[in-house]
Amino acid sequence: MNLSLTRRYQFSASHRLHSAKLSEEENERLYGKCSSPYGHGHNYAVEVTVTGRVSRETGMIVNLGDLDPFVQRAVIEPFDHMYLNEDIMEFRDVVPTTENVCREIFRRLRGFPLAKIERVRIEETSKNSFEYGGT
Amino acid sequence: MTIRITRKVEFSAAHFYHNPRFSEEENRRVFGKCSNLHGHGHNYTVEVTIAGEPDPETGMVLDLKELKDILQREIVERMDHRHLNYEVPELAGKIPTCENVATAIWNLLEPKITKGKLDRVRLYESDDLFAECVAESNGAGR
Repeated sequence: MNLSLTRRYQFSASHRLHSAKLSEEENERLYGKCSSPYGHGHNYAVEVTVTGRVSRETGMIVNLGDLDPFVQRAVIEPFDHMYLNEDIMEFRDVVPTTENVCREIFRRLRGFPLAKIERVRIEETSKNSFEYGGT
Repeated sequence: MTIRITRKVEFSAAHFYHNPRFSEEENRRVFGKCSNLHGHGHNYTVEVTIAGEPDPETGMVLDLKELKDILQREIVERMDHRHLNYEVPELAGKIPTCENVATAIWNLLEPKITKGKLDRVRLYESDDLFAECVAESNGAGR
């Protein structure tokens, strides 16, 4: 049996799906209303799953007192109430689809020193979700 | 062909986090609000998944009624409206964290599932926190 712990966070941000490498017509065809020039927004839910040994002293894989501030600093503070395309450097040249947002969040969290970040799952809306575990 | 069936069950219980080997100050520093010795409570939700081949005679992996009875006996009757630090022998001497409660539930259920195989136990302590036990045989791993 493998044990993991998952914590759910939220941030709200705007984005626009638009590639500078494509013509306006191609952008419109590929991304539809997601390419609308002024952007649009979502309430993103981010689930962070960690694995590791359960400490005998605390009964925990990870203390939320350590995980929460790490995720807040690495992801929630920089992403919340921002325009992902402009305010997050990594999306200046990468289209901030939720696939790419998921990968970027995993990249930012994987250095967490106290447990293994197993995967990141994002709900862009209640109808679609994306998961990435580094492979 | 493996089919997975999931049944949900809820219970409400009290707990607190305290390690007798820590000083009071250390308990407060490590466990924060959860260290209040008077305890606090949660509405827990457990999702239990069984994996197996449907029986050709019944079309079922495990009769959900049977699963419901097992969950009632093993989880609800033991833990609902109880104090996890004092009243659940399976957690004696353990800090009743989400990780330890999920593991205790896994250990209680595993020997009771005789049709199909216990595949996953997911224990929600609140909407934004859950611990999950997944069988080694589950291809998705962790």
